[in-house]
Amino acid sequence: MRKGNRMINESIAYLLLNIDKYYDAVIIHIEISLAAIAVSFMIAVPLGIWCSKNGRISYSVINAFTILRIIPSLAVLVLAMPILGTGFVPALFALTLLAIPPILINTYSGFRNIDPSVLECATGMGMNASRILVGIEIPLAMPLILTGLRTSAAEVIASATLASYIGAGGLGDFIFTGIGMNDVRIVLIGGMSVALLSVLTEISLAAVQHMVTKYQRD
Amino acid sequence: MARTAIEFRNVSKQYANTSQYAVAGVNMRISEGSFITILGTSGSGKTTLLKMVNRIYEATSGEILYFGEHIHNLNLEEYRRKIGYVIQQVGLFPHMTVEENIGTIPQLLKWDTDTIAKRVDALLELVCLSPLDFKKRYPRQLSGGQQQRVGLARAMAADPGIMLMDEPFGAIDAITRQNLQEELIRIQRKLNKTILFVTHDVNEAFKLGEKVVIMHEGTIQQFDTPYGIITKPANGYVARLIETQDIVQRLKVLKAQSVMLPVDPQLSDCAFRVGTEESLHNILTYFLENDQKHVLVEDNRRGIVGKITWEQLKGSTRQGKVLSA
Repeated sequence: MRKGNRMINESIAYLLLNIDKYYDAVIIHIEISLAAIAVSFMIAVPLGIWCSKNGRISYSVINAFTILRIIPSLAVLVLAMPILGTGFVPALFALTLLAIPPILINTYSGFRNIDPSVLECATGMGMNASRILVGIEIPLAMPLILTGLRTSAAEVIASATLASYIGAGGLGDFIFTGIGMNDVRIVLIGGMSVALLSVLTEISLAAVQHMVTKYQRD
Repeated sequence: MARTAIEFRNVSKQYANTSQYAVAGVNMRISEGSFITILGTSGSGKTTLLKMVNRIYEATSGEILYFGEHIHNLNLEEYRRKIGYVIQQVGLFPHMTVEENIGTIPQLLKWDTDTIAKRVDALLELVCLSPLDFKKRYPRQLSGGQQQRVGLARAMAADPGIMLMDEPFGAIDAITRQNLQEELIRIQRKLNKTILFVTHDVNEAFKLGEKVVIMHEGTIQQFDTPYGIITKPANGYVARLIETQDIVQRLKVLKAQSVMLPVDPQLSDCAFRVGTEESLHNILTYFLENDQKHVLVEDNRRGIVGKITWEQLKGSTRQGKVLSA
């Protein structure tokens, strides 16, 4: 116990000494993660909607992204380096690839799961395709889309650690520096911060999801 | 003479990859304010016929007219907003409250919020749901019968010119279905709406419809009043279909004046009196409950125009059998 306490105290002492570096790392970590999630969301949601309405092609598209997802993020990072160089852009690219499949698959299922009679009524009531999309389909698919988003966000925040390998910065810097110097205090700072970010993201997305699924509860 | 609400002119429909016509050369006029039921087995083309009216399905050939206008010349969305549409699966929007569901078309038509709120309350009252209790609920918090009531209210929200109903009570338990049927009749009498109602249930078709369209293999077998169909079935198919309806149900559509015997108008008899429009079902009930052998039929000026005896009533059901054999 005492040893543990001392380690945490020493970690905090190190943190206070390097507070500027820490803030920069946190901000970069958040920036990379947010950017990757936002870009993948903007690609995966329209693609998922399109797939749900074009039955035949959908399997190929979804399978292609699922296969891409099998490639380890670290490998993608290294493979992307010769083309995209080092730093923010290749990191963003790798994390985006990682984040697309969960959102894509969930958007697809969200749209496919909508009761066809609901859409038939909407059509019969004189709503055009875009009104049905915005007013009926997206709200009804939203709970599943958000589930996909939560999965993606958790993966991206954890994997963004690797970005520091190719010089993109972020909390990975602390973890890898700590490993390199065999200094547990520094690893702890990086690791705990990434975990905290994940938990906070999870809580806020869960709250959003809670809001949009109000109609499913009594 | 009532205006023609919907007219079918030689309408046919062939689905892709099939050689048979789902609907073949249908001609029919439906006058404004009438309650028409379309009766047929599955695969008879009855639903296809209905859904061509609001262009969920497009006719392969022929023309459909809405109050004299070709439906293809009308703006599709605006035209559909003038049609109340109710289907068996109800199709309420699960993420919207009852209030929002009913207000959908008024909102599309850009009514102001106050008018919509008042309209929602009035419609909920009309379908016998208390606005206070139900407005804020979500569809999944309602029973099947309540959901279809809301479906009905939603379809009537913008006071549509016609209502299309595709087996709306098909998935509802027998007792609730009976209540809903009676309420639909009441609502139709009150608002004088033109209703096209598809069903595979002979009793439902005869109970609700002022006129019944009998469909088989894509064509209309007979388009007549329930009385006309029962007493003069157009062909063997119709006759067999009526056979499936039980005698008591059949007596519900037969009226006193159709079987009464002439009597001396001066006759003064203390027998029970019924109107000319009284159903034979009610007269049968009277015979069964009272130890009487006959009733007198009177016109609306209370003059006696005929009489019906127990023997005759037995005859009329037998006659029905003979006719439908």
